[in-house]
Amino acid sequence: MKAKGIVFLVLLGFITVCTAFNYGFKGINYGITADSVRFAVPANFPKPVYDFKDNPVTSNGFKLGRILFYDPIISKDKSISCANCHQSFAAFANLDHAVSHGVDECLGTRNAPPLFNLAWQKEFMWDGGVHHIEVSPMNAMTNPCEMATDLNTIVSRLQETKAYPTLFKAAFGTTEINSQRTFRALAQFTSMLVSANSKYDKYIRQEKGGDLTEEETAGYALFKQKCSTCHQEPLFTDLSYRSNGLDLKPDDIGRDSITHQETDRGKFRVPSLRNIELTSPYMHDGRFETLKEVLAHYNSGVKPTANLDPILHQNNVYGIKLSIIQQNQLIAFLKTLTDRDFVNDKRFQAPE
Amino acid sequence: MKKLITLLMLAITGLTVSAKPNPGDPKKAAKTGTVAVHFKNVMDGKALKLNDSLSLYQNANGDDLKITTFKYYISNVSLIAKNGDKIAIPDSYFLVNAADSTTLNQQITNIPEGKYTGITFTIGVDSLRNFAGAQTGVLDPAKGMFWSWNSGYIFVKLEGESPKSTAKKHRLTFHIGGAKDPNNTIRTFTQKFPKTLKISDGKLPELELVANAGALFQGKTTVDFAKLNFTMGGPNSVVVADNYADGLFKITKVTN
Repeated sequence: MKAKGIVFLVLLGFITVCTAFNYGFKGINYGITADSVRFAVPANFPKPVYDFKDNPVTSNGFKLGRILFYDPIISKDKSISCANCHQSFAAFANLDHAVSHGVDECLGTRNAPPLFNLAWQKEFMWDGGVHHIEVSPMNAMTNPCEMATDLNTIVSRLQETKAYPTLFKAAFGTTEINSQRTFRALAQFTSMLVSANSKYDKYIRQEKGGDLTEEETAGYALFKQKCSTCHQEPLFTDLSYRSNGLDLKPDDIGRDSITHQETDRGKFRVPSLRNIELTSPYMHDGRFETLKEVLAHYNSGVKPTANLDPILHQNNVYGIKLSIIQQNQLIAFLKTLTDRDFVNDKRFQAPE
Repeated sequence: MKKLITLLMLAITGLTVSAKPNPGDPKKAAKTGTVAVHFKNVMDGKALKLNDSLSLYQNANGDDLKITTFKYYISNVSLIAKNGDKIAIPDSYFLVNAADSTTLNQQITNIPEGKYTGITFTIGVDSLRNFAGAQTGVLDPAKGMFWSWNSGYIFVKLEGESPKSTAKKHRLTFHIGGAKDPNNTIRTFTQKFPKTLKISDGKLPELELVANAGALFQGKTTVDFAKLNFTMGGPNSVVVADNYADGLFKITKVTN
């Protein structure tokens, strides 16, 4: 009896591991096991904001979320998936696109934000209008300039697609497909997008590969002195909304569109600097192509906008003055925030 | 192996016994009943008909209007017992859609048996659920009562048209919602019943709840469609919510 039980368990475990990431008949599984799909808090990170209680990450839930993330079926004309604007090699931002590009060649007004460390975010989007990771994809799904569809259409399309009822059953126990399950599967995928393995992280955790060069060390010192108020470690954002003096009269009222407060006009969320090397172009409207342009803005381009952040106007000086040498040091440090392990992680890439 | 099975059996039996309600505990032993709620939608005294002719209704400002959509949430229902105790009904969320007659007759279940003198509920959805992620049932965002760009529920939705509206195609768009200060539009409705409601197991008493769409446009501020014809959250939604806080609902009948 005992021996039989063990054989059965071993077999069951083997089958689970083999099927967890087996897409279609190609059988490519990238060596991923059920065990490798588990949300874990990096040693140098705080407690996440997202409470996984009602939606714990499982290998089948994550797998479904991953398939949904890459499936254009959720857009109006079945042409655009989440991954169109959130590309893995660009740290899930949209490389070379100033603003998001939706169905019918529609161009939006804002730059697609990178997707990582979302489990630590209390609000989403450039204006913080979305309050929960689970409902954040709804914005893109229903925006007429992005996916331009609606939840009922998405749910019925998924119901009518052969593979999905089985995938939902594996993830949630029954073949029922509804918006909550769709959102939760996507959240299982997006919450797993944790970027915490850059050179900087290794330096902080005193791991192998974490030795900073002289230039990077100088850049880190400058960063702590000049940037860290808004771009707080370890997430490299304090998740607040600020105006960094881009336009005297903003085309986009930013946070004001959510709070309806004059004092929030032209404010946008402080973006994370993690993977910044990969996520160009920059700013809420993607106006700057390079990090040099961004630093040039802080050095000499900051305008006295109505709600300009006080940090950018001290002692009668606008912006953050930095010599060219300092700018290069800072950029060298910012590049230590690039997490190649994250962008190359097969678990996050298009299923075969 | 046999020992293991015996142990398991014992453990299961133990659990079952301890999960049974204790007959000495009056709270757990109490029976519950149900009340049927009949929603009646009106526009300032006239029965509400969607898509009817423009001249049928006027708002308090005298502006003609036609209504094409009228939907609302009520939630967190509590009944007020004879001794003044407020008895909260768990998980009580209701969505009424004037275009869907099946939503006009609903039931509040799991009410402890007893006599009740009044009711109180949230007009809209409490702030906890507003920020709690993907929901299902009547709170499924697929019901079209959820904002994607400023996440949270639309509490009351009225759409239509008025020749006075300066919006495109003279449209009226009143999407009232928002659960954060200073634009919080969560309002609470409380009313004493016209007569005592008796809840008991096996009976189905009835409440008639009248919802007056015209309440959006009068009360604290008389709405002029030339000036206010569009709101999706923000200060104008607060104006409308302040208007309907008292006048939107009325319990007109209790049948035991």
